[in-house]
Amino acid sequence: MAVELSRELEALEVPQPGLRPRLEIRGRISRSLVEEISRAKGEPEWMLRLRLRSLELFEKLPTPNWLVGVEELDLEELAHYARPDVEKAHRWEEVPEELKRVYERLGLPELERKVLAGLSIQLESEVVFLSFRRYLEDKGVLILDMEEAVRRYPDLVKRYFMRVFPPSDHKFAALHGALWSGGAFVYVPPGVAVEAPVEAFFLVSSELLSQFEHSIIVADRGSRIHFIEGCAAPLFRKYSFHDGMVEIYVGEGARVKFTTLQNWSRNIINFNNKRALVERGGSVEWAEVALGSKVTYTYPSVILRGEGASASIYNFTFAKGPTWKDSGAKALHLAPNTRSEVLSKSVSLMGGTSVYRGLVRVARGARGALASVSCGSLVLDERSSAHTYPRNEVEEPTATVTHEASVWRLSEDALFYLRSRGLRAAEARKLAVLGYAGDVLEAVAGLASGLLIEYYAVLRRVLDLELEEGGYG
Amino acid sequence: MGGLEVDGLTVSVEGRRVLRGVSLSVRGGEVAVLMGPNGSGKTSLALTIAGHPRYAVEEGRILIDGEDVTGLKPEERALRGLFLAFQSPPAFEGVRVRTLLREVAARRGAPSDEQALAAALGRVGLPAGVLDRELYRGFSGGEKKRLEVAQALLFRPRVAVLDEPDSGLDVEGVKIVAGLARELAGAGAAVLLITHSARTAELVAPDRVLVMLGGRIVAEGGLELVKAVEEGGYGVLAGGGRAE
Ligand SMILES: Nc1ncnc2c1ncn2[C@@H]1O[C@H](COP(=O)(O)OP(=O)(O)OP(=O)(O)O)[C@@H](O)[C@H]1O
Ligand SMILES: [Mg+2]
Repeated sequence: MAVELSRELEALEVPQPGLRPRLEIRGRISRSLVEEISRAKGEPEWMLRLRLRSLELFEKLPTPNWLVGVEELDLEELAHYARPDVEKAHRWEEVPEELKRVYERLGLPELERKVLAGLSIQLESEVVFLSFRRYLEDKGVLILDMEEAVRRYPDLVKRYFMRVFPPSDHKFAALHGALWSGGAFVYVPPGVAVEAPVEAFFLVSSELLSQFEHSIIVADRGSRIHFIEGCAAPLFRKYSFHDGMVEIYVGEGARVKFTTLQNWSRNIINFNNKRALVERGGSVEWAEVALGSKVTYTYPSVILRGEGASASIYNFTFAKGPTWKDSGAKALHLAPNTRSEVLSKSVSLMGGTSVYRGLVRVARGARGALASVSCGSLVLDERSSAHTYPRNEVEEPTATVTHEASVWRLSEDALFYLRSRGLRAAEARKLAVLGYAGDVLEAVAGLASGLLIEYYAVLRRVLDLELEEGGYG
Repeated sequence: MGGLEVDGLTVSVEGRRVLRGVSLSVRGGEVAVLMGPNGSGKTSLALTIAGHPRYAVEEGRILIDGEDVTGLKPEERALRGLFLAFQSPPAFEGVRVRTLLREVAARRGAPSDEQALAAALGRVGLPAGVLDRELYRGFSGGEKKRLEVAQALLFRPRVAVLDEPDSGLDVEGVKIVAGLARELAGAGAAVLLITHSARTAELVAPDRVLVMLGGRIVAEGGLELVKAVEEGGYGVLAGGGRAE
């Protein structure tokens, strides 16, 4: 049993592609470092200016005093830009063997063939694989990596780049603005529905590296798209740093779903900045499964700007071992009849800590706005913990805001009950976890519509193995 | 010898002695009734038999079908045919009754199809809709007891310890549960039925009645013990050894 399990767990680990970078920029974060990155990327002047403005803000803004678990983070010792020594591929045949091995371990070629309308893969700081179905081009859908978008569609990119998530927001948003590299740019024209999901996968394959991808999704009037973001990294001796950003612009009546399946290795310090702006009658869904990483700070947010705009935010956070998982959701209601729903569940075990930080703000004039937040935490043992910090700021008297929070501890007695039925302790924990988080996992995977059945299967398997793994004795 | 044997069991929980040299045996096919005042140690005995990690065995042994299981994990005992119906089972958020029954039945080699599950619920007067409910969340007192007994039916134990499966049940429920305890024994199980009710004891027509006081078995006999307690209270047995 133990041997089989360790083999299975190994099979889930991401192998080292073993590629040396073609170019690496490390050292103190300064004007000259930012200029060097911009030059290496062959960027237009306006983007360099945006970077330098961000850098100034980074230098000015204070480090948030509530961050936990980032003591080892030393920005001075990281490579802030690393271009892998491979050409960008558009077909699997063009991918070098050592990378193909990694992709196959992650199941990407199969997903690309069976499920996806498009796939981009980023390694370290650059996109190294990009492929999408012909029909998307015919419909006028744009899927590019961000640097290409900056070069080829400057006016379009300028309209959106760090507009809903400005660098002034916080220190690490500013850092992101100064050092960003990679990410996807997606534009869906009015009325176009992209039926199959598009995925961007992010790989960090070396330690002491930072990854700052920037993705933008623009869904024009009445259009529809589902975007999936996956991430993974091999195990390192030291750590690496991720500070990505996603901006979503949902036009009138458009619908965007954004699903994150985060399975970073336990050496990644993960910051994520996610915000969506939703116009009249549009809807956005953020779904986030946070399985991995050493620490995570991520709060998918929505600004419901147009009347009748709506949002759903689903989070599943798995805090196993010495890890700090800080997640949450923010919903800003700026217009009448806007709706938001948050469903968040976490599981803490073997010393893990999970935190929910939420904000619901309803501005005066957002008549009839409806917001509901439900967040729950399951704590599997005495060493682990969960905290909830919800905040409601309601300025509109006709708004309805409901909030529900609960913490459930799997007591020794409850565990014993299941064991007395004949389940091993690990099986009992699995039953409790999958039961507890079943609704949010199903919501994330869109199981009702059978949407992400392949992803759901992988997720269940990872959870299964993670819960089977020793540590409890 | 088949069935359940408890031999000189002394047990502490949280540093406090709750059982003092308890011995008893129930053969396959028999129903033994265990009575005793609140706090006398009945549930402690049940939990110790099932292997609750908080109940530390200081002395004595527990045997299932002749095998010493004292050092075994709870799940290992269960897979040897032991089943405990809990006096107060815990609730589980999000875990459906169906999921638990399926997983456990599969593990114990019992039928786990929808029909078998629904049939077991039907036997205790629960509608099949209960399968979709979250395990013990919002269950009434009687519903909890019924679902515990339904599990005993479903999992076909060799040894069934039923800890007050009748308390809080309506008249009809008590009859059903007593009947099913007898039925389990009829199928070859050794049944240890813990109850406060003389009525239940009479309905089940026990092969033996045991009385516990202060962590000891102080009397062993037939239904006449139940009557004696009913009339004179447990006081009449205090200080007394075995009634036989
Ligand atoms: N985990 C525990 N921690 C502390 N004391 C305990 C624990 N379990 C049992 N006890 C004590 O041991 C004694 C026996 O309890 P037990 O539950 O076995 O009684 P019982 O005979 O089942 O009573 P009842 O008829 O009320 O169900 C009681 O005084 C109880 O408070
Ligand atoms: Mg009791």
